[in-house]
Amino acid sequence: MSLIRKPLNRRSILRAGAMGGAALATPTIFTSKAWSAGYLNEPTGSEVVLGFNVPQTGAYADEGADELRAYQLAVKHINGEGDGGMLNTFSSKALQGNGVNGKKVTYVTGDTQTKSDAARASAKRMIEKDGAVMITGGSSSGVAIAVQSLCQEAGVIFMAGLTHSNDTTGKDKRANGFRHFFNTEMSGAALAPVLKNAFGTDRTAYHLTADYTWGWSQEGSIKKYTEGMGWKTAAAVRTPLGAGDFSQYITPVLNSGADVLVLNHYGKDMVNSLTQAVQFGLRDKQVNGKDFAIVVPLYSRLMAQGAGENVKGIFGSTNWHWSLQDEGSKAFVKSFGQEYGFPPSQAAHTCYVQALLYADAAQRAGTFEPCALGAALEGFEFDGMGNGPTLYRAEDHQCFKDVLVVKGKENPSSQFDVLEVVEVTPRAQVEYPADLLGGDLGACNNGV
Amino acid sequence: MDVILLQLLNGLDKGGAYALIALGLTLIFGTLGVVNFAHGALFMLGAFCAVSFNALLSLELVTIDPEKTTAWGTPLEIRTPYVEAYMGDFGHWILNYSVPVSILLAIPVMLLVGFIMERGLIKHFYNRAHADQILVTFGLAIVLQEIIKSIFGANPIPQAAPETVRGAADIGAALGFDPGVIVYPYWRMVYLGFAAAIIAAVFAFLQFTTFGMVVRAGMADRHTVGLLGINIERRFTIVFAIAAVVAGLAGVMYTPILPPDYHMGMDFLVLSFVVVVVGGMGSLPGAVAAGFLLGILQSFASMNEVKAILPGIDQIIIYLVAVVILLVRPRGLMGRKGVMES
Repeated sequence: MSLIRKPLNRRSILRAGAMGGAALATPTIFTSKAWSAGYLNEPTGSEVVLGFNVPQTGAYADEGADELRAYQLAVKHINGEGDGGMLNTFSSKALQGNGVNGKKVTYVTGDTQTKSDAARASAKRMIEKDGAVMITGGSSSGVAIAVQSLCQEAGVIFMAGLTHSNDTTGKDKRANGFRHFFNTEMSGAALAPVLKNAFGTDRTAYHLTADYTWGWSQEGSIKKYTEGMGWKTAAAVRTPLGAGDFSQYITPVLNSGADVLVLNHYGKDMVNSLTQAVQFGLRDKQVNGKDFAIVVPLYSRLMAQGAGENVKGIFGSTNWHWSLQDEGSKAFVKSFGQEYGFPPSQAAHTCYVQALLYADAAQRAGTFEPCALGAALEGFEFDGMGNGPTLYRAEDHQCFKDVLVVKGKENPSSQFDVLEVVEVTPRAQVEYPADLLGGDLGACNNGV
Repeated sequence: MDVILLQLLNGLDKGGAYALIALGLTLIFGTLGVVNFAHGALFMLGAFCAVSFNALLSLELVTIDPEKTTAWGTPLEIRTPYVEAYMGDFGHWILNYSVPVSILLAIPVMLLVGFIMERGLIKHFYNRAHADQILVTFGLAIVLQEIIKSIFGANPIPQAAPETVRGAADIGAALGFDPGVIVYPYWRMVYLGFAAAIIAAVFAFLQFTTFGMVVRAGMADRHTVGLLGINIERRFTIVFAIAAVVAGLAGVMYTPILPPDYHMGMDFLVLSFVVVVVGGMGSLPGAVAAGFLLGILQSFASMNEVKAILPGIDQIIIYLVAVVILLVRPRGLMGRKGVMES
């Protein structure tokens, strides 16, 4: 063997590069799912992998933990473990408690951190590395829209978790994305009649709004419906996300002539702004000869606990509440309560239901192929999942169901008993035309 | 006029919190020369002293109601705090005053935390670059907040002010304005008075005690004080612990204003550093003055009338002021020559 190296030249480098590239690509050419399967991450073994992308760190970590508990419970029920929960009350009987399409359901988890880039990165990792055939979860509209877009590009189904902005199934809707949770348009439609009964039509509202997609969406919807019934809007002030101390935004309300404060805040912002509004005496104030009122359009039981006594008597809307007495809700609360020792949140409920709906659609379609499975969800009518008869509308992939109007409870019997349901707004009252919120679903993507 | 008065009051209590945190930061920087990015975490730890004390007092005697069950089918538990069950009205009183009473817990805890932090970690970084100090203290802050999150969760935990100071005072009516236009919560007044008292106590301690005199001498010339045979290192350890107590007490008393969560220290930290820079590195009066000044400016910038002219000004005002002051007075409002200039 000669120890004298041959001189490198352009031709030898090109030849070596081409041969190296071919060698490196060879294994994936023959094993790539793009060649062997009809769709991305088609499960070939005895298991199918779902990706649960929830906030495990950051401000919504507690809500994310509740979502994860719900998903784990759903997987148990789908695989035939536990008491079956809502599978016993679900109107579709396709799932038999032996997995989906003969495969056992397993899962991987990701941490969204409630940051769009982190959520996309964890979803991407679950799709590309772990072979997840579906991504679900989240506690923020910004994150939901970002991950939905990624799933569309990748070619997997996205079953949204807690996302309330109109945009998720409005201007940013995608063919591969589906939402069970309600939206701000429905909150406005459900809340307005209750507010009219409680406070009359001659009112002036002052909005404090979180300055991002969900806040704008909610402010727009509440203004639309309250102005529609005769209320005036004194001002709508945008507040930075995570402002902490809202006193400088609350004090101008005192002299604005407004007699209603609408807090378009969620999470920590809602806890802080509501606490401080009550501290400034707004709940006990009289303006224009009327009792001052505070409204929190989107309530969460977990957040209401954070605001403590300050939520008493304050109206809002919610997707679901554990005190509902329909058979589906009772079955879910029983399963969840026995497993974890406390009742589920609305975030847990919507995530649990989304997991069951996905599994059911896959079973009915006989495949996990995103486009076939999406077709099985489109226009699907079901019941027994806690919100009455529900429709997954084909035109925008938005669920339509009853919406709850709730009020902070005056005399709670436990730390979980902070909200009372004052009205179950029927589905017909919150339905709207499919083209109202704009956007285009586009074409479904199977990822190949 | 009424709006201006209200925003002034808002700025004062916010400024009080900034001033207390910045005071501790300046003490540490002035004495030890350490840029302590974990100082916000000390504010947060103080707040969680109040949460822990309340949780301790709220430990419950659990009895089972044999006739009722929960919604998920388990027997219903009836919970009564031990202090109320065994101490009656006095127990109820302690629960009601848990926030101010928790100061008694916070002082020794924060002294201990400050002592351990300084002896266990910070002292190893005295002679290192400021970048190293920032990295290690920032890392420590993240560790502390993750520990708190793992124990208390991520959601804010509300702490009620005592019932007697839970409402709001109609200051406007007393000053001749229409009733209800200048309303200010009692607890914020308490906080403002508390901040003023702590600031006065720290200044008095440094000004009128021998210990304070040595510390001030050490801040001016550490080596000369050491050459005089005084163990300045030991005194600086105590200063660090005092700064930790000041931040901790600021956190304890802030809990009824802002329900504490694991991240609250970080929210205050960045603003407090701006306060220190604007006030002048190493200047205690500068830190206090800048704290109140920036708190008040932040409140005024949030007025609708101001935002109508300069949209978004409320979110950048503090940084804008910092830029202007550093351009006009590079050492800050009351900065000393030679600090961080070598």
